[in-house]
Amino acid sequence: MIHSLFLINSSGDIFLEKHWKSVVSRSVCDYFFEAQERATEAENVPPVIPTPHHYLLSVYRHKIFFVAVIQTEVPPLFVIEFLHRVVDTFQDYFGVCSEPVIKDNVVVVYEVLEEMLDNGFPLATESNILKELIKPPTILRTVVNTITGSTNVGDQLPTGQLSVVPWRRTGVKYTNNEAYFDVIEEIDAIIDKSGSTITAEIQGVIDACVKLTGMPDLTLSFMNPRLLDDVSFHPCVRFKRWESERILSFIPPDGNFRLLSYHMLSWDVGKINPQKLPSLKGTMSLQAGASKPDENPTINLQFKIQQLAISGLKVNRLDMYGEKYKPFKGIKYMTKAGKFQVRT
Amino acid sequence: MSAAPAYSEDKGGSAGPGEPEYGHDPASGGIFSSDYKRHDDLKEMLDTNKDSLKLEAMKRIVAMIARGKNASDLFPAVVKNVACKNIEVKKLVYVYLVRYAEEQQDLALLSISTFQRGLKDPNQLIRASALRVLSSIRVPIIVPIMMLAIKEAASDMSPYVRKTAAHAIPKLYSLDSDQKDQLIEVIEKLLADKTTLVAGSVVMAFEEVCPERIDLIHKNYRKLCNLLIDVEEWGQVVIISMLTRYARTQFLSPTQNESLLEENAEKAFYGSEEDEAKGAGSEETAAAAAPSRKPYVMDPDHRLLLRNTKPLLQSRSAAVVMAVAQLYFHLAPKAEVGVIAKALVRLLRSHSEVQYVVLQNVATMSIKRRGMFEPYLKSFYIRSTDPTQIKILKLEVLTNLANETNIPTVLREFQTYIRSMDKDFVAATIQAIGRCATNIGRVRDTCLNGLVQLLSNRDELVVAESVVVIKKLLQMQPAQHGEIIKHLAKLTDNIQVPMARASILWLIGEYCEHVPRIAPDVLRKMAKSFTAEEDIVKLQVINLAAKLYLTNSKQTKLLTQYVLSLAKYDQNYDIRDRARFTRQLIVPSEQGGALSRHAKKLFLAPKPAPVLESSFKDRDHFQLGSLSHLLNAKATGYQELPDWPEEAPDPSVRNVEVPEWTKCSNREKRKEKEKPFYSDSEGESGPTESADSDPESESESDSKSSSESGSGESSSESDNEDQDEDEEKGRGSESEQSEEDGKRKTKKKVPERKGEASSSDEGSDSSSSSSESEMTSESEEEQLEPASWSRKTPPSSKSAPATKEISLLDLEDFTPPSVQPVSPPAIVSTSLAADLEGLTLTDSTLVPSLLSPVSGVGRQELLHRVAGEGLAVDYTFSRQPFSGDPHMVSVHIHFSNSSDTPIKGLHVGTPKLPAGISIQEFPEIESLAPGESATAVMGINFCDSTQAANFQLCTQTRQFYVSIQPPVGELMAPVFMSENEFKKEQGLQGGH
Repeated sequence: MIHSLFLINSSGDIFLEKHWKSVVSRSVCDYFFEAQERATEAENVPPVIPTPHHYLLSVYRHKIFFVAVIQTEVPPLFVIEFLHRVVDTFQDYFGVCSEPVIKDNVVVVYEVLEEMLDNGFPLATESNILKELIKPPTILRTVVNTITGSTNVGDQLPTGQLSVVPWRRTGVKYTNNEAYFDVIEEIDAIIDKSGSTITAEIQGVIDACVKLTGMPDLTLSFMNPRLLDDVSFHPCVRFKRWESERILSFIPPDGNFRLLSYHMLSWDVGKINPQKLPSLKGTMSLQAGASKPDENPTINLQFKIQQLAISGLKVNRLDMYGEKYKPFKGIKYMTKAGKFQVRT
Repeated sequence: MSAAPAYSEDKGGSAGPGEPEYGHDPASGGIFSSDYKRHDDLKEMLDTNKDSLKLEAMKRIVAMIARGKNASDLFPAVVKNVACKNIEVKKLVYVYLVRYAEEQQDLALLSISTFQRGLKDPNQLIRASALRVLSSIRVPIIVPIMMLAIKEAASDMSPYVRKTAAHAIPKLYSLDSDQKDQLIEVIEKLLADKTTLVAGSVVMAFEEVCPERIDLIHKNYRKLCNLLIDVEEWGQVVIISMLTRYARTQFLSPTQNESLLEENAEKAFYGSEEDEAKGAGSEETAAAAAPSRKPYVMDPDHRLLLRNTKPLLQSRSAAVVMAVAQLYFHLAPKAEVGVIAKALVRLLRSHSEVQYVVLQNVATMSIKRRGMFEPYLKSFYIRSTDPTQIKILKLEVLTNLANETNIPTVLREFQTYIRSMDKDFVAATIQAIGRCATNIGRVRDTCLNGLVQLLSNRDELVVAESVVVIKKLLQMQPAQHGEIIKHLAKLTDNIQVPMARASILWLIGEYCEHVPRIAPDVLRKMAKSFTAEEDIVKLQVINLAAKLYLTNSKQTKLLTQYVLSLAKYDQNYDIRDRARFTRQLIVPSEQGGALSRHAKKLFLAPKPAPVLESSFKDRDHFQLGSLSHLLNAKATGYQELPDWPEEAPDPSVRNVEVPEWTKCSNREKRKEKEKPFYSDSEGESGPTESADSDPESESESDSKSSSESGSGESSSESDNEDQDEDEEKGRGSESEQSEEDGKRKTKKKVPERKGEASSSDEGSDSSSSSSESEMTSESEEEQLEPASWSRKTPPSSKSAPATKEISLLDLEDFTPPSVQPVSPPAIVSTSLAADLEGLTLTDSTLVPSLLSPVSGVGRQELLHRVAGEGLAVDYTFSRQPFSGDPHMVSVHIHFSNSSDTPIKGLHVGTPKLPAGISIQEFPEIESLAPGESATAVMGINFCDSTQAANFQLCTQTRQFYVSIQPPVGELMAPVFMSENEFKKEQGLQGGH
């Protein structure tokens, strides 16, 4: 499937290459550079570029192009999804994913890539498993490694890959057991010139940070689960249970993960007191000396509302089974502007 | 470990032993020599005994490889370390080896024996890793060794090693395609594997090596469908894509009957997005319209695929969602395809690359099935922050979705887009308006007027694009638009974009009779600027001149001759050519009279208006979601999506033979080995619910009866119903959930309960109720359910006179589909099914064998291995009286230890029992080694009640609360009696 991967920075340097089958010359990237030149802007480089013998599929994140080389038919989303997973993994490992960080950690990066694909087919892509195989660098470990010459490679074998719960590493231990959930909703809206709403929808996610010992089995229930009709789940969520009872039942991965994301088509503003209409005011000033734009520009709004999920979604309770201790539980709500545009 | 510190650390190390050369040669300041130098020093580091130095060297070498630097000359030094004890060094050596083995084949062979040893290691992970590296070394000489290793690994006990074997198959195939036949054998073997870990990888191997061998899939089809939800995401994509192709060769088109009532269905479809869109009306029409056709009944296996993939629309992976969407698009009945729209629209929130691919597919789908995306029209509205390529794709979708009703809204949106600063996007919008105008006659004039207004836009590109589109629109009804053509003619003075100029000239030439005064003047101006024009414009000037010469030769004869003379000496040969050709044609000469007489007909023939079509039209002959579809060209290795067969191939090829007597043990084995984690535990080898489950068979027969009236629609509708019911059934089969399910049913039956839950919640949504109420309702269910069933099984009859019907129920997963199903009520809960299991007696089995222990039947889970920290406990009712106490039922408890430490001191602790129930504990199990299992027998006196016996299962370190609840059937003792005796007994009962 995926033959090779090239990492290219915005000035057009290939600063990392990895091949999972026989080596593909980096000159194949010339086709990519051509397309890049034609596109003028990075975001307009076509994600799929055919060349005489290969196909280049790329994603652009953190000012880096991740260009995968493939030779035969494969669903493009398969490759694109994988590339995004690579970026997410790097971010998870190093905190940020940027050219200097990748260059600094080139060996870890290479080892991680080696484990993620076998002969171009994904092998271990869950970051819980990867971290068991290759430990992410921490300052302390870097210091220790330099002094003792010890390694980043986990010395036990990756038993997680054999488990029935492939997303969770085994033998997790914490002194403080905690589970935090963030319900974050974004409002996407287009408001037209006259102030009327053309579209408004809510995109929500529940991000979790779960640090629990052992193999906890969690259930999360909502006060108003019927709000959620268009959802997608982390693979850990038992789908049947959701279908039948509208309860999220899952054995969580260790650490940070996105439990669920949901999408609501209409945004119900709720009751608004007609005497006191809420209003947002702002002024726009042009840079001195700049010529007046041909047309009125669109304005992108940004705002945040803490401790409120605009859809009204409320978590009812979180229960834990399978372990004896009492975890510390927390939930946070937040609403922010997503792609909130006002046309003028 | 970072590159920079690594280097400095190495410098520190260079002060150590064996590094004197560093300062020796001051002349070696050049890049090349220092490079050479560094390699030398790396070699030395690799030769030392210190792991830390080796590691440092390997890190630097890998960093070189990552940057694309050549490190092949280090091969001999590196390969020596292949057997190094340090895991990280070893790993990095593997990385190096795989990268350079191809270039250094002879030296690479030195490492092979290490891997061969690894293949025999007792640890499965080492075996797997040895196979992985061995198979990645692309050295043809080791093909036989690889083949052998793959074959062995394919029979390995560990599923992980088998997975690795599956991965190795395409590697070997690409190295030596002559091995194909042998590899197919291995693939066949691995396809039969029942673990989710292997499924994705082996299907991948199948797709790369032998995608044409569809026959290998038959026997594994149902298993793959059932395992699908538990396979990891990447495997899911590959399996779904393969199954799409498979289904296209094995099943009949679900839309074959629909084509007749296309319109009808279409209307109903737009009406609502629900699956049940089709009303009774269309059914009747269908019945009337196609009385002669063979009614279409969906193959249960076809239905199985659709049903088992549907939940994956909620996957977090865009690739999986897209895979399911294309499966539904290509395989589902029209009425059901709608479900994918919502999921696809959700993906539009994802990364822009994902959006790009999804929109391409939506564009294709929206041409065929416009109704599907109409409710989501607004989701395709364009934001100024979208990248241009996304904007243009969204525009495409919006145009495809525009129809008579929504066109005003769409045009209003377009109006906003025209004011955008992104000029490429504006041009695309103008094209889109043109397409809307051609497709929807009602708005043609509005669009045309709008476009004419754009002609006075400040931006030349906008004007040019408008001209081009207006030209196409005018061709449709030129007569009414003399004014617009005049207006356009004036533009030639200002507009410079060649395409626009050419379009205007063509228009004037074509419709010169509408603008008789202006046309010659335009030609005059163009003749003046001819030499400075672009080629396409020059060609149109010649064209205009010719047409005017034919219609108005008096005014234009000289001008035409002038233009033709200029063109004759043009630099471009196309233009010279055209000029000669035109001159011969229009200017009458002595010889070529025949043609020139018809010149007018040739030039001024009425021309058909151009059709403005989406570039996505007919792209769906490529499988959606594929690379080929995206490129609109066949990619290497693309597997054509076959057309539906006329006649369905034999469906029995998918039946999996399970000999009667192995059924129980088979099922048991499965539970022991690899219990699918989240999927319903439906028999993976069982035939598709066609006969095994009651609700299904009921609706199945339903659909048959209704389809006898000749309607394909009705069958698809009832399919929906049985889908729902099936889902319910599937849920029920998970033992833990069957209780909850029962609870819901009870709630429906006992409306007062509902009051307890919050008032806004209804029915099934009252999930927030506490666990206490669950307990109560469960026991209620136990009382209620059998009652509803009592007409069939009199609970009083101790020695169950089981009829044929009941035995069918018992066979659950394994009844072959040929058996005619019965139609009991759809509300049979699994606990009831379990009850019946205990009652099973058929004529054929009414032999003493019944009295022997039937240990495999009905193994139930007491403690899941996840909850039990590796300790998994199952129990079965052995159906023998307990030796210690005749009032007790003997229960076999099976322990297995899947953790990696021994479990010690297994015993029963402080039971908390309801009145009357007593327990005879099993003797303490002292120690259970990892991987081992043990069985103990305990006796429970349930006191003829179905109350649960709750007790604790203790190990040395932990306590688990468990509970055994007996199905009614297990509380009865089997009695052997003849028919006469039985009748007598029955008579007695009746008497009471």
